[in-house]
Order: sequence, then C-alpha cells, then structure tokens
Amino acid sequence: MKNKIFFSVAIISSLIIFFVLFKGLQNTNIYTPQVDVKKDIPYFEAKIFDSDIVKNSNEIFQKENFYLLNIWSSWCAPCRNEHPILLKLKDQVNLEIIGLNYKDNIINAKKFLKELNSPYRLILSDENGIIAIEWGAYGVPETFLIHNKRIIKRYVGPLNMNSIIEIKKFIE
Amino acid sequence: MASLIGFYSLVFGLCLSFIVVLFSIKNFRNSLVFDKKILSLTFLQLFFVITSFLGLIISFINSDFSNETVFNHSHTTKPLFYKISGTWGNHEGSLLLWLLVLNLFIFLFLLKSKEQDKNYRILTLLFQQVIIIGFFIFIIKTSNPFNYIFPVPTEGLGLNPILQDPALAIHPPILYLGYVGSSVIFSATLAATCLNYISKNWAKHIKTWVLWSWIFLTLGILLGSIWAYYELGWGGFWFWDPVENVSLMPWIALTTLLHCILILEKRKILTSWVIILSISTFTLSMCGTFLVRSGILNSVHTFANDPERGLYILIFLFCLIFLSLFIFFFYHKTEDNQKYDFFWLSKESSILVNNWFMMYFLVVILIGTIYPIFLEVINSEKISVGPPFYIKLIIPFLIPFLFAMAIGPKLKWIKSDIQNKINLSIFFIISFFLSILIIKNLKVNFLVNTILVTSALYLFLVTSKEFLIKGINNLAQNLAHFGFSLLILSILFNNFFSTEIITNLKIGETFKSEKIHITFESIEKKEIKNYSSIIGKININDPKGLNQTLEPELRIYNQPNIVTSEADIKTNLFSDKFITMNLVQNQDYFNIRYQIKPFMIWIWLSVLLICSGGLISLFRKKI
Repeated sequence: MKNKIFFSVAIISSLIIFFVLFKGLQNTNIYTPQVDVKKDIPYFEAKIFDSDIVKNSNEIFQKENFYLLNIWSSWCAPCRNEHPILLKLKDQVNLEIIGLNYKDNIINAKKFLKELNSPYRLILSDENGIIAIEWGAYGVPETFLIHNKRIIKRYVGPLNMNSIIEIKKFIE
Repeated sequence: MASLIGFYSLVFGLCLSFIVVLFSIKNFRNSLVFDKKILSLTFLQLFFVITSFLGLIISFINSDFSNETVFNHSHTTKPLFYKISGTWGNHEGSLLLWLLVLNLFIFLFLLKSKEQDKNYRILTLLFQQVIIIGFFIFIIKTSNPFNYIFPVPTEGLGLNPILQDPALAIHPPILYLGYVGSSVIFSATLAATCLNYISKNWAKHIKTWVLWSWIFLTLGILLGSIWAYYELGWGGFWFWDPVENVSLMPWIALTTLLHCILILEKRKILTSWVIILSISTFTLSMCGTFLVRSGILNSVHTFANDPERGLYILIFLFCLIFLSLFIFFFYHKTEDNQKYDFFWLSKESSILVNNWFMMYFLVVILIGTIYPIFLEVINSEKISVGPPFYIKLIIPFLIPFLFAMAIGPKLKWIKSDIQNKINLSIFFIISFFLSILIIKNLKVNFLVNTILVTSALYLFLVTSKEFLIKGINNLAQNLAHFGFSLLILSILFNNFFSTEIITNLKIGETFKSEKIHITFESIEKKEIKNYSSIIGKININDPKGLNQTLEPELRIYNQPNIVTSEADIKTNLFSDKFITMNLVQNQDYFNIRYQIKPFMIWIWLSVLLICSGGLISLFRKKI
C-alpha cells in the first residue's frame, strides 16, 4: 500500500518534470544580446548586381516602409537553407528585401538565384566585402531589419521560423 | 569511402542488437548455462561500432569534406592531433563515442562476470541493449555523423580554436568512460533487483565497476577544469556552469554509491540506497546529455541546437526512468528480517550521514541547474543562477560535513565508541587557533570563515595523521580522504589569497604599485600553420628581487577566424603566476591581467590523490 503511494508520487512528479522540460525545449534559447540603441544605417555606395549602375544608401533606403537587408553568397551553405524562409517574406506588404551579394562569383550567384528563385527586390553586389564591413556584419548570412534608415533588429546567422514571426510582428 | 563503411557498420551494429536481444531472451528462458554465442555476438557488435568510429576518424584525418560532420568541424590546415580529436569534439562524433563506450563496457562486463549467475548476466545485457538500441536509433535518426554533402566543399569550417588544446582533446573520452561507464552499473543493478540478486557478493562484484567509472569521471572533470583554468583566461577553475554541474551531479551520486557499496559488502543493509543511487547516477548522466545537447541551456559547451534531438533524448530518458521506477517498486523486496538496527555511533550511521549530506549537495546543484528552465516555462522569466547561490547554500553544510568526515572513518562497524578523544580534541584546538591566525589578517567575514577553515584544517590534520600512522592499513580510503581534505583546503586558501591586477599597457610602459612592477617589454609575431600568434614579453619585478618574464600569447586563428588568448602560467609549489593579454579594439594598448593564485597546483594534485585512492582500492582487492 505504502509502496503504491510512493510509486504514484514518483511517477506523477516525473511526469511533471517531463512536461516542464518538454515545454522548455520549445522555447528558443539562442542567446542574442539585446541592443536597445537603434543605430543609423551606414552610408555606402554599391553597384547593382549584374549591372554597372551605382547607387548610394540614401537612394536605396529612401521609402518609408521596412527593409530587410540580407547578406548572402552562393558559396554559403546556410544561405541555401535560409532561402525558402526569405521567399516566405517576399510578398509581405510594407517590406522590401534587399540582397547584398557578398564576395561572390557572379555566374554562381546567378545560378543560385535561378535554381532557388529570388526573394530580392534589389540586389547589391559587394565584391570585396567592404560594404559588409561597414555594416559591421559578422559573416554570411546576416540580416538587418531597417526602418526609417535605422537598424531595428539584426539577425546573425540564418533566419529561422521564429525570426519570421518576429519580423512580421515588427512590420505590423 | 571511410564514411560509407562507417555508416553501414552502424546499421549492422543496430541489427546485431536485435539479434543479441533475441538470443538472450531464448537463453534466459531455456537454458541453464550461458550461451557462448551471445558473447561472440556482443563482440561482433563492439567490432562494428569500433569500425564505425574508426571510419569517422579516418574521414577526419583525410579531411574528407564530403562528410558533413568533417566539413563542419575540420580544416585542412589543422594539425593531425586536432583532426583526430575533432572526431569527438562535436555532437555527432561524441555520440558515436558514447555508443562505443556503452558497447565496450557491456562486453567487458560479460567477460569479467563469468562467476556470476547466468540469468543475472543476461538480464544485465538486455537492459544495456535497451540503452544501446536507444542510442543507435538516436544517432542514425537525428545525428548521423556520416551525412553526405554534394557538391563536395573544398575546405571545412574548422574546429573552434578553444577546443584545440591537448587537455580538451582527451577530456571527452576520459569523461565518457566515467559518464557512460555508469550505464553498466545501472543495467546490473536493475538486473539484480529483478532477480533479487543483491547480496554481499554482488556488492563486491559491482564495486569494481563503480570504482572504474568513478575514477574516470573524476579524471575527466579534472581535465575539463584544468582546461578552463588556462584556456578561458579568467584564472578560475570552476564556474558553476550548467555543464560543469551536470558532470558534478553524477560524480556526487557515484561517490555516495561507492560508500553505500562499501557497507553492502559488510552487511546486507541500505539496498534501497544502492539501487536508487545506481539508477540516479546514470539518469543524471543522461539528463546531462539532454541538457547539453538539446540547447535548452546556454553554456560554454555549445552544440548545435536542435529541438528534435532534445525531444528524443527527453522521451528516451523518461522511458528509462519509468522502467527503473517500475522495477524498483515492484521487484525490490526490503528485508524484513534485518531491521535497520543502526547504533548511532557506528561506521554505518556515519556513512548514512555522509549520504544525506551528499544528497543535499546534489539537490542544491540540481535545483540551481534546472530551476531557470522551470521558471522560464511557468513564468517566462529569465534568470541565471551563479556562484553566490551555490556558495551560500553549500558552505554552511560543508562545515558539519567535514567534521563528520574527520570522525566517521575512525568508527567501527555495528557499534563503536570514539577512541583517542584527547588526540581528537587536541587536533581541534590546534586547527581552531591556526585558522584564527590565518583569517585574522584577511578582509573576510571572520566568524564563518574561521569555522570553515577550522573544519577543513581539522579534517586535514586527522586524515594526515591516519595517513602517516596507519597508511598501509587502509591506504585507499586514507589517500582519498586525505586528498579530499587537501582539495578543500587548497580551494579555500586559493580563494582567500588570490590577488589580481588588471591594467592597460602600451608596449614599453610599466605599471607600478608598491608590491609589483609590471613592464610590457615587447611583442613578437609568429606565423604558424593554422594561426598567427602575437607573443608579449612582460617582465614582472617585485621589490623582493624576484624578476620574471612571462609570455602570454594571442592566437588569431584563420579558420574559423577567432582570437584566443593563451595564458602564460608559471607554477611553483606555493602559487601560480597567471598572466593573460587581450586586444582592445581600435586601441594601441593591450589589456593585461595578472593574477597570483596560491596553491593552484595542490588543487590538481589533490584530485589526483583522490583518484589514486580509487585505483589502489581496485588493485588491492586483486592481491
């Protein structure tokens, strides 16, 4: 009798622990330091991908809507995984996705876009990686959410489903 | 090619598991003698897992980047040694190592348990196979180390530079031998409970396994700690990081189990303790794996976060917990004829006291580690539990624990009396006055610290006397306890007497204080295969005439591009001089951190003493 009580208590408490840990698993725990200060975007000039037109940052980010600057490369494996997620954001109103093609071979980059479709309204090319440095990027892929020429949020590494939800919240 | 062989060996290994289970069940039911075929099949399975592991090692050595694991964690310019150690420096490879150790231990168990009952051996094998199958499926399904990528990249992403270190290269295998070694104890205990096989003889037989895994676990933790000390660059050796805690918890459970087994060897009591502790040791190991691999916690041991893996281990872990709870409650029969007749002053009761203290420490650490998760789930509030929590909760209980530890081992079995009362009180008085002398001049809380140091010194004096007088008689225990007292004492003194100077210096500048002059003389640049290094020459000059040049180093690794700071440490018997140098962004000065850490070497040595106590206990038994 006593044994049975103990047994049920043990089972129930482990079930509770299981439940809590199970719930805990669903919280993302990738630690991103909170940057409260919203920084202005840097000034830069860039060539439009596959052309010789040069635009500066004021021209590129002139509208009032949100921009998503995504640094990508055809040689970067995580970018490939990230691509479908970017495509989901493509038709979002009030959001323009701008690609920054980082240190890439133009032929490979074109092939990449042809294969996976392009989510970008505009692609800038950054052949020697200087623009990425100006943005203070850590690497590829990296994504900046921009509004009124200010960086609202920065995503180091590939975007995931959670970041999509977050971005959508921002836009609303 | 090697990857392919590795993968198929893994699949064959899994198939063999089922065959072994089949044969074992047949043998369990129908036969009186142990079927030799089972042993051969287990060996074959071990062989396949070894082949698979070698396959991965070879892929790493050849820098075969068509293998995803190799691509993610290796690089052609890495030295051979770190290419090999990179095999277990990542999630997939280290799980393969888990599997290897699981198989190795059950094979050794079958080899070494020939004099034991047939059914007990087979049941142990069956329980172990359940764990093995679980891990096989886990590896093949969620963390296959042999994933193929196409097109084949020409270069890998490189191993995290802070892992490129000799101590850390051997840390995982040693730690795993301890961690996973406890699986055999788990399986054997469950089997023994089912068959009502727990006896004095069984205790003798399982003790060897407990000792081996305890020794490896201790060594593994030591190595990790040494690595943290010189590589992470803050001069500490224990950070109460969740992952460190996760290795400390099974250690505490295992240590307690070891003491219980010692009683069980003499008298058939405390069987419930033994069963519960065996179960919890392995469960805690698994729980550790879950916490680290699921990404539910943040810590220095970052593995790729993947909720699917976490979910799998979580479910598997709880299946094992339910299974063992079920067996414990329905099969374990408490002895009615032998009531627990403990005399309050006897070895048994002192070990029981030890158990309760250990359980308290275990619970504190467990709560500190998983409470943040609970809070986040229930309240979505993020907190982190740091050293103050552990120190506040552990220190007050450490004091009576140390006193009990000084007196306990002197007691006899069944019924005893404290002998040499005069001696013991003299020791107490000596240690009390000594600690007053020590604490008096320090700026720390007088009362608490005096009592704490008194208890540590007391244990130290008592154990060293035992050690010197009766050394040979009970060498294993004396050595281990002596080591433990030395450990506590060294940690305390290390905390009290550590000093630190942090300053920013340009080349050629000198930092001056009353006690010390630190001169930044020059820097030197070197190019090495996979990193470029900046070595600073820093002269330490104290007015007593001591003059030393220390050379901390900054390493800028090329793949991945990470800067690490290598401390320069000058060790002698009394203290370590520890210096690190760091780049400050966009400035022409360096951040210099100079620390004097007394008795560091004694911390390491005392842990080695504790281990050697275990080793001696293993080998004395054989003589």
